[in-house]
Amino acid sequence: MADLNPISLWKRFLALPNDNRGKTIAVAILVAALCSLFVTGATVVLRPIQQANRAAETQLRLEALIDAIPGMEAMLEADDGATLSTVVVDLETGMAARDVTPDTLDAALQDPANYANLDDNQDIAGIDTRPRYVQIYILRRDDRVETAIFPMIGSGYNGPIEAMVALTGDMNTIAGMTVTRQSETPGLGARIEEPGWQAGFQGTQVRDPAGTMKFAVARGPAVSPYEVDGITGASRTGRGVTQMVRFWLGPDGYGPVIDAIRRREF
Amino acid sequence: MARRTLRHIFFTPLIRENPVTLQILGICSALAVTTSLDTALTMSVALTTVLVLSAAIISLIRRHIPVSIRLIVQILIVASLVIVIDQVLQAYFFDISQRLSVFVSLITTNCLVLGRAESFARHNPVLPSVVDAAGNGLGYSLILVVIGTLRELFGKGTLMGVPVLRTVEDGGWFTPLSLMLLAPSAFFLLGLLVWAIRATLSEQAEPLAHTPPDRREAAE
Repeated sequence: MADLNPISLWKRFLALPNDNRGKTIAVAILVAALCSLFVTGATVVLRPIQQANRAAETQLRLEALIDAIPGMEAMLEADDGATLSTVVVDLETGMAARDVTPDTLDAALQDPANYANLDDNQDIAGIDTRPRYVQIYILRRDDRVETAIFPMIGSGYNGPIEAMVALTGDMNTIAGMTVTRQSETPGLGARIEEPGWQAGFQGTQVRDPAGTMKFAVARGPAVSPYEVDGITGASRTGRGVTQMVRFWLGPDGYGPVIDAIRRREF
Repeated sequence: MARRTLRHIFFTPLIRENPVTLQILGICSALAVTTSLDTALTMSVALTTVLVLSAAIISLIRRHIPVSIRLIVQILIVASLVIVIDQVLQAYFFDISQRLSVFVSLITTNCLVLGRAESFARHNPVLPSVVDAAGNGLGYSLILVVIGTLRELFGKGTLMGVPVLRTVEDGGWFTPLSLMLLAPSAFFLLGLLVWAIRATLSEQAEPLAHTPPDRREAAE
């Protein structure tokens, strides 16, 4: 007569010898299930707080980036019509988005329809999909775009790299760069967070006069106006940054927006 | 072997059998996170918490862990605890968790944690296991705090970010030793510490691995 009382079943299970194959598998499954519940629970409960932290951090980095661009602070303070504005752009049209505002951006990005899949030729940054709407920051003076700050994401050696790149009004000279999130190897790739390295971006050209994308993180010291110094021991990270900048400033990234800014449509 | 008292279990690993200085376990993180006192303290608390909780859980289920998969089960428990601690740090101590970067997640592979689980918690009831884990965690913390204090004090002239020695840049007299902020200085300090402890407690000194020959071989 089978005994189906769960308590006595449990006791019988515990009484099995430890080298019993069934018990070994059952213990493995039980421990794995309990651990995954524990980890998942903690992650889900803590995620909102972490996201708030990360958003605050991004805001700080943005402010630091603006401070680091020479003359930027003076420009904002010297009340002569210079204003920093936040614009949501539609990467498909290259124009300011019509019905998405910074407040509704998060909701719009929840919708998978607002992501474009990239094929292998387009996806040089290794990011698979690209959102249609992105929030950029534009500094204007006397109706001219003085500086535009573009957030970007690419893939590094250990995981995604998120950064912001500021271009001057000619849309070809980098005014500054900051990394907002990375998980590269400490002491090697993680040095992309160092202000000393990021300072090398200032004044770097993105394209040559013929319009060909030339920007690169060099292997070693920069030898042309299109390069920034490489980091020894972090060539994969450097490549990730190169591809990220090339993708986002290229035709599948902010290209249409950059063209529109050049045509003075912003 | 007579049963060791809880007191003994707790105090032995603090200095006499300190996991870092006697067994040279867990030094990877001891070197990496001790550039300042606050990261050293955070790491100490994280490691001690993981050590105590994992010892308690493993000791609780010790009679039912099949020998063939015991290491996997132990690592799984340790890894889950570490992930949760890391998430908690990211949520409530965001700044410090950024500076600790991967080293919190590397607690999983810290020999100290698995070593205590494997050699003590697996064979002992919950209370002694927890006491042993706390003792070892605090022993590790002690070394981290000592090295972290020295490195931050002499490397930056501050403690917990508060200026203690006024540096030359701020108009004081102290020139920071930038070597203290680099990894080799942690090796030097740890070596000196091990030397000091073994000179005092001479039973810790290891026998020579080779006895040198009486006279030098003729050079060719």
